[in-house]
Amino acid sequence: MDYAFLLQVLDSTIRLSTPLLLACLAGLFSERSGIIDIGLEGKMLIAAFFSAAIAYSTGSVWMGLLAGIVSAMLLSAVHGLASITFHGNQLISGVALNFLASGLTVLIAQDWFGQGGRTPALLSGGRFSELTLPLAETLRPVPILGPLYAEVISGHSILVYVAFAMVPLTWWILYRTRFGLRLRAVGEAPEAVDTAGVSVAGLRYAAIAIAGVLCGLAGAYLATGLQAGFVREMSAGRGYIALAALIFAKWRPWYALYACLLFGFLQALSLRPDIVEAVLTVSVPVQLLDALPYILTVIILAGFIGKAIPPRAGGDPYIKER
Amino acid sequence: MTFMTKILGSAAAVALSAGAALADPALIYDLGGKFDKSFNEAAFNGATRWAEETGGSFRDIELQSEAQREQALRRFAEAGFNPVVTTGFSMSSPIASVAADYPDTKFVTIDGFVDPAEHPNVLSILFSEHEGSYLVGMMAAMASETDTVSFVGGMDIPLIRKFACGYAQGVKAVNPDATVIANMTGTTPAAWNDPVKGSELAKAQISQGSDVIFAAAGGTGLGVLQTAADEGKMAIGVDSNQNYLHPGSMLTSMLKRVDVAVYDSMTAGADLETGVKVLGLADEGVGYALDEHNESLVGAEMKAAVDEARQKIIDGEIMVHDYSADDSCPALDF
Repeated sequence: MDYAFLLQVLDSTIRLSTPLLLACLAGLFSERSGIIDIGLEGKMLIAAFFSAAIAYSTGSVWMGLLAGIVSAMLLSAVHGLASITFHGNQLISGVALNFLASGLTVLIAQDWFGQGGRTPALLSGGRFSELTLPLAETLRPVPILGPLYAEVISGHSILVYVAFAMVPLTWWILYRTRFGLRLRAVGEAPEAVDTAGVSVAGLRYAAIAIAGVLCGLAGAYLATGLQAGFVREMSAGRGYIALAALIFAKWRPWYALYACLLFGFLQALSLRPDIVEAVLTVSVPVQLLDALPYILTVIILAGFIGKAIPPRAGGDPYIKER
Repeated sequence: MTFMTKILGSAAAVALSAGAALADPALIYDLGGKFDKSFNEAAFNGATRWAEETGGSFRDIELQSEAQREQALRRFAEAGFNPVVTTGFSMSSPIASVAADYPDTKFVTIDGFVDPAEHPNVLSILFSEHEGSYLVGMMAAMASETDTVSFVGGMDIPLIRKFACGYAQGVKAVNPDATVIANMTGTTPAAWNDPVKGSELAKAQISQGSDVIFAAAGGTGLGVLQTAADEGKMAIGVDSNQNYLHPGSMLTSMLKRVDVAVYDSMTAGADLETGVKVLGLADEGVGYALDEHNESLVGAEMKAAVDEARQKIIDGEIMVHDYSADDSCPALDF
């Protein structure tokens, strides 16, 4: 495999990892606060739809992004209402949100645009354009690093850089701020946080609101960054892969980055069976590469590579003792 | 009780008389929905054309879930609609389980196959997708400057391999040295609706030198066509005429005339001849699209060559291998 092939696969890896990373960080905030979030998929999907629909109607990709974030936050709020305020089962609420998003997007799309549950193709103003980072062309002649910078790091839409910047930001919020300390505590021992006089419900709502924003970014990236419009079910299970990545990362921000890059890399490799065959000299079924993220997650869960311990209070509604 | 019996009796009489008066056709769309800009919408267009030309009327229903398939068939059959036309290969097994209960109703399954020996009142309409794909494959090879063209399939099923195989044969017929890259999106139904992966596959194929991409992948294909347009390459659409989506970068579309199949079935009405019907190039069942959006890309030379090949296939001078006949393809490895 020569270097140009590797760069192409890495470039693809970045694009495919970004929605996973955003959704994974969304899940991280939510689950660290003790709210299990199966609904990542649904939030991504509804954000993808509203970002494309509003970007199409207004011609502005930024209005679309805003609409996507608001719609994902609304679904988060429903999840919060069901599982925080009314102490409902978090898994059931999350699954319900996925169904809701899947049906609602197609229904509204059909009503608004009449194109079989998709939005019309976005024109250039309604899409995120690819940014060329400064000096990308000047540095290209530099051996090895030049092409890496110009091909892989430069030339993505702004949401990609936002997603990668979210990783250190998430780490800083979780481990270096008072809010982060309380957020982690509320996922481990909500009664302790409550005893200290901090609102458990408030912290959890804040966490899922952040998750809504991140899912909104992920959905908008799918529909207006990678694509030029919404197609029914376009999230195609990425929310579930993000959950797998979250377990793989053991609920930690930097590991989440590595897990998402690994899963993205595997997806990118499955696009190029010829390269895999050339490197390994045996033909690997594409299906195996597609299944690897799940297989790896199962191995992790089985405890072969360290232990993945979820936040202790995850999944339990907090009911104040009287 | 007697009152109830009377009501039920009269209701049954009304239903029966309504059934006798109505020999209108009915149409059942598959899960993609009536306005999918592709397969099902073509069926709707065929039915509309029939209604406009004959002044007749038809009833239709969009399925929302798998569970409704059999229910919809039974409701139309009991209400006396004849024939009941359905789209999509998933309708064949529900029809097989329902058909025997309504021997006087004719059922049509487009893209599906029901054994005519067991169910004499069913017409299975299939298409020679390999022949249409062969023609667009020829066009791809002629339009390509890099001698590398590619194919993106949706879910990896024999029907889609049939498209790929016909396409590859067409390419090799024009240029035996050309490279054909073929990728499938996945092995689950999600592969029909993953435009993001479609885009990435198209980008990967372009980086391998492909400059014409044929997408037979439903919603995933929209991502492929978009990427080809963004990267300044050419693409080929499928089923309906998709040339209008990206004028200037759409070389053509491989047409599958579902509308013709529906129109013919409705025209035949209750006297429909059942059995198995394969619509190929000769019946205009498959073909390629030429309109104002791709005129500039299809030169006179290309059109002449393709039309000549079309005639030769109809005359039997060119045999296009059908992947589904023996699950193998002479021009392409899967």
